[in-house]
Amino acid sequence: MIEFKNVSKWYGNFQVLNNCTFSIQKGDVVVICGPSGSGKSTLVKTINALESIQQGEIIVDGIKLNDPQTNLPQLRARVGMVFQNFELFPHLNVIENLTLAQIKVLGRSKDQAITYGLKYLERVGLLSQKDKFPGQLSGGQQQRVAIARALSMDPIIMLFDEPTSALDPEMVGEVLDVIVKLAKEGMTMCVITHEMSFAKNLSKRVIFMDEGKIVEDCSKDKFFGNPDLLSARAKEFLSKILRNN
Amino acid sequence: MNLDFSFFTLNIISNFIIKGLLFSIKLTLVTLVCGLIIGTMIAMMRLSKFKILNYPALGYVVLIRSLPFVMVILWVFILIPLVIGKSIGSENSAYITYIVFESAFYSEIMRSGIQSVKKEQMQAGYAVGLTYFQSMRYIILPQAFRNMLPVILTQTIVLFQDTSLVYAIGAYDLLKGFEIVSKNFNRPVEAYLIAAVVYFIICFSLSYGVKLTQRKVQIAK
Ligand SMILES: Nc1ncnc2c1ncn2[C@@H]1O[C@H](COP(=O)(O)OP(=O)(O)O)[C@@H](O)[C@H]1O
Ligand SMILES: [Mg+2]
Repeated sequence: MIEFKNVSKWYGNFQVLNNCTFSIQKGDVVVICGPSGSGKSTLVKTINALESIQQGEIIVDGIKLNDPQTNLPQLRARVGMVFQNFELFPHLNVIENLTLAQIKVLGRSKDQAITYGLKYLERVGLLSQKDKFPGQLSGGQQQRVAIARALSMDPIIMLFDEPTSALDPEMVGEVLDVIVKLAKEGMTMCVITHEMSFAKNLSKRVIFMDEGKIVEDCSKDKFFGNPDLLSARAKEFLSKILRNN
Repeated sequence: MNLDFSFFTLNIISNFIIKGLLFSIKLTLVTLVCGLIIGTMIAMMRLSKFKILNYPALGYVVLIRSLPFVMVILWVFILIPLVIGKSIGSENSAYITYIVFESAFYSEIMRSGIQSVKKEQMQAGYAVGLTYFQSMRYIILPQAFRNMLPVILTQTIVLFQDTSLVYAIGAYDLLKGFEIVSKNFNRPVEAYLIAAVVYFIICFSLSYGVKLTQRKVQIAK
């Protein structure tokens, strides 16, 4: 469903993505990890063309992203994205956050959009908060609203960029639960995370990035179970992060 | 010196003052609305990633900010009849000049307003499929406007005071009303004293309103 072929990207002289090739099939749950600054966020943001690329090719659901004919807003509408800092729209209340793009982009009627919105708010357990403003919610609640906002667009894939790293520790669990539930229901997703126990739980597949390169793209069992088979960089990263946890 | 305010009756107010006050208010409101809309467009041009749009917008703002306001008021009043071949009247001339002039100031305010919204908000708009203009319209500008509301209102109070500059082209504003009264009754000291009190009451209560919204904006953040 998603194809990356030899994708490279530069910021000036600095190469953020170096010849990345991988694919994601329908139903896949892929965890992306790697040291900070290794290009994980950039990689994920190229999937919905929030970041452009200079070399290579990205195909999402049969549509070439670098083709000037591609209607990027329509494509992005079908790719759900959850940010590290939630990025809810602070001037809109919860239900308006969920309905804005449904109405403006998908062309749903207001009633229809509200029905969808309430359905997904219920899924993340926040139906009772529908009239509150983002500023009145805890971090964990805001991130669950952000997930519901993405889901109410009926995405073909969900992208998560460190969805819990801005949260207080006691709120991490409620957000991870929602994501695990989604994965169990068969949602295709790509999750950047440093929560290794969550990663083990969630996915069958791990991509490890370092300095803009995809260094490992392997099964979870190999990544966590067989460190001797991994590259030196991945081993070092794993031992560091497991020690910290 | 003996001050005598007895000439200043309800009749005088309704005959001379109200007309001027209404024009001052109308000029302020029309300029506020049009100036904000045009100013926002100029701000978007200045912040556009397309360089060709940046320079005309920057040039406009720099030019306007370097010219004395009264001179521009006079200049437009003299120039427009020369160009279109007939007079449009001092009031219409004032509307045009004030909008042209204040747009530059509102554009500076909206520019810092847009910059005060985190750039991730734009990404969040794009991520749910909104276009650039939709993201601006529904996400960035409402937040920019809200963050800048106290500054916009403060600028508008200054604008209300500056409406008195239309004396240069003889338009009938609040101050003109008092000028006529002062001449009719030969009581300039009293008339202008009352004018000062009226301007003070209006501007002071408006700035008090600004303080209240400032507090609200702070809380909403
Ligand atoms: N807009 C930008 N301009 C220049 N460099 C950037 C920009 N965005 C990110 N980078 C750099 O690209 C590298 C990768 O960033 P990122 O994808 O955010 O890494 P990660 O998510 O793995 O921490 C970092 O070194 C970062 O400093
Ligand atoms: Mg990152």
